[in-house]
Amino acid sequence: MDLRFTDEEAAFRDEVRSFFKQNLPENIRRKMVEGKKIGKDDIVAWQRILNKKGWAVPHWAKEWGGTGWSPVKQYIFLDEMQQAPAPPPLQFGVQMVGPVIIAFGNEAQKKKFLPRIANIDDWWCQGFSEPGSGSDLASLKTTAKRVGGHYVVNGQKTWTTLAQYADWIFCLVRTDPESKKQQGISFLLIDMKTPGITVRPIQTIDGSREVNEVFFDDVKVPVENLVGEENKGWDYAKFLLGNERFGIARVGLSKERIRRLKELAAIERVGDRPLIEDERFRTKIAAVEIELKALEMTQLRVVAAARNGRGNKPDPASSILKIKGSEIQQTISELLFEVVGPYGLPYQPSQIEDDRVNEPPIGPDYAAPLAPTFFNWRKISIYGGSNEIQKNIIAKAILGL
Amino acid sequence: MDFELSEEQRLLKQSVERLLVDRYGFEQRTAYMKAPGGFSRALWKQYADLGVLALPFAEEDGGIGGGAVDVMIVMEALGRALVLEPYLATVVLAGGVLRHAGSQAQRASLIPKIADGGLILALAHAERQSRYDLADVATTAKRDGAGYVLDGAKGLVLHGDGADKLVVSARVAGKPRDRDGIALFLIDAKASGVSVRGYPTIDGLRAAEVTLSGVKVGAEGVIGEPGKALAVIERVVDEGMAALCAEAVGAMEVMHELTVDYLKTRRQFGVPIGNFQVLQHAAVDMLMATEQARSMAMLAAMMAEEPNAVERHKSIAAAKVQIGRSGRFVGKTATQLHGGIGMTMEYKVGHYFKRVTAIDVLFGDADHHLAAIAKMGGLLAAA
Repeated sequence: MDLRFTDEEAAFRDEVRSFFKQNLPENIRRKMVEGKKIGKDDIVAWQRILNKKGWAVPHWAKEWGGTGWSPVKQYIFLDEMQQAPAPPPLQFGVQMVGPVIIAFGNEAQKKKFLPRIANIDDWWCQGFSEPGSGSDLASLKTTAKRVGGHYVVNGQKTWTTLAQYADWIFCLVRTDPESKKQQGISFLLIDMKTPGITVRPIQTIDGSREVNEVFFDDVKVPVENLVGEENKGWDYAKFLLGNERFGIARVGLSKERIRRLKELAAIERVGDRPLIEDERFRTKIAAVEIELKALEMTQLRVVAAARNGRGNKPDPASSILKIKGSEIQQTISELLFEVVGPYGLPYQPSQIEDDRVNEPPIGPDYAAPLAPTFFNWRKISIYGGSNEIQKNIIAKAILGL
Repeated sequence: MDFELSEEQRLLKQSVERLLVDRYGFEQRTAYMKAPGGFSRALWKQYADLGVLALPFAEEDGGIGGGAVDVMIVMEALGRALVLEPYLATVVLAGGVLRHAGSQAQRASLIPKIADGGLILALAHAERQSRYDLADVATTAKRDGAGYVLDGAKGLVLHGDGADKLVVSARVAGKPRDRDGIALFLIDAKASGVSVRGYPTIDGLRAAEVTLSGVKVGAEGVIGEPGKALAVIERVVDEGMAALCAEAVGAMEVMHELTVDYLKTRRQFGVPIGNFQVLQHAAVDMLMATEQARSMAMLAAMMAEEPNAVERHKSIAAAKVQIGRSGRFVGKTATQLHGGIGMTMEYKVGHYFKRVTAIDVLFGDADHHLAAIAKMGGLLAAA
């Protein structure tokens, strides 16, 4: 048992770190640190820098641009990227639909889509949730009826993140209304420019527009856009959701946020002392740091197990990553809000969204994003299977209850 | 980076676990508790036969040359079996003092005896007023020819009433809470002027209050450099905390297993109570707390040999915070989920709960270490 990285892994970490330092555009890095809005252009620009380096899709099969890195190196890469801090890769493409196409798509689909995903020539969004199908995803009602060489899609998806930018959407649709819930579902790739698709924004409590409703009204989708077999879509969705093991806890991001928290707590004052010297406040920070250290160790155990080829059987430790990771991120966002005290209250969306705003901020120039982020980050324990659903899964799959 | 056990370590784990499965049933444990000193001398001998008493000592001293991870493996197994024997007191704490500060002669005469099970030691360091401050030593050691005379009182000496010899801290200079001026001595538990008042602790183990009045120690009983002992004590206590973290993980594992089994077998309203989601989620919360604790116990073991004392201490203290919090949570939830049966002395789970609670208190509880880490600036540097 040994905590240290091998010389090769340590050298790799240094290489990655220095690449990020030299190549992450400063304006993007600054927005990340300050918690300001990262736009489509920022995400695309960064992804193309990575793609040029050959690091766009490290975890993919080598023939489609993967790097062949060990699980440990993949972990180091993501951790360093989160700490840089760089924008996270657009997960709907590289993390979700890409691996599904690699595993279950045909050659034509691979050739057509994969290189464009890696370079974000196509912006992808995810059409899973529906108004009546959240945690009970398999109850979804959007239908796809085979008519000649097409499926005709009707229904509604919701909580579709960044659909306003999307060129494509991957959807779970019901192709067999007769069979039981999980059977009868197919995995379709749909061009967002197809007639009959309407995107309507949903504003979230922080005031931002991340998510949307997407309506399908007699949308004709060519049958070649079916992934794998008809009525096997649920299996592919499970593969997709179980795919992410190394980034889900977002330990690197939380480390970066804690550093930011300490930086700001050293500037803010309570009485004649910096807030960071306030016993109650610093103890709260230390408590979340310890939780995070434990999570980092748990994450490393999962990564090491994957490296040793035990990655396919469920590791009890990996189930904890999403739940604990979300709780920690939420705690940190709450402390970051608390740092500025009453100056968390002025609501200044233009200070968050427009990085060339001329107006001076109200209060400290770092305050504006903190309260909105606290409210926005409540989503982390809801999306991708709420923490309660995660606990149901653990209870069943690991505890046998 | 590696979290796997080596082949040797796997064998060590298996052999200790096998012994304890055979010899540490609940009724057997209850019987051992009633023996003099509150533990089984026969089992102690078997630990010696397995080599675990020699484990952390250097080979040239008659040990096996194992590291903190090996101790972690043993302690986790001892935690699973809820053992009563003075492994922590003798091998990790007092033995740790000998390893880090004992003279060649002291090591040569004592370690082989520890290793073969013939010598029980205890560390008499804390005092009534010291709480968790390792520098708060009021017991005095005054020069007396080539040796010293000790006067004072030591409290919560783990296994102090079963020990043949005591490793005692006392002040040769300065005042309580000074970092300098502390020395360590080896005395016979039956030496003139030593009075030992043994008692059971809430977890079923043993401790003692030790009074020292005019206890004479010869030069050969001085351990390390007088006045400079605090660093040794801090190191040994860090190692002790790392060991306790592993023990607690073993105990938490068992509490979780017992609880999940109970949820599957206990029926109410016509179904196993494990069908109820509120209980399922509580069992998942126990699993998470246990796994987070396991992760930190591993960190503690791997950092126990870290040469930078500040980094070593911070990591182990952080682990102790996690273990304290996880242990209490798992213990309370296990008791709650068992309902009435969890409240009874005749059922195991409550004994595990008491042990993990005691572990939280020993050498500083979660609040103590959390505040200390916060005061040191936390674990991560500011941006």
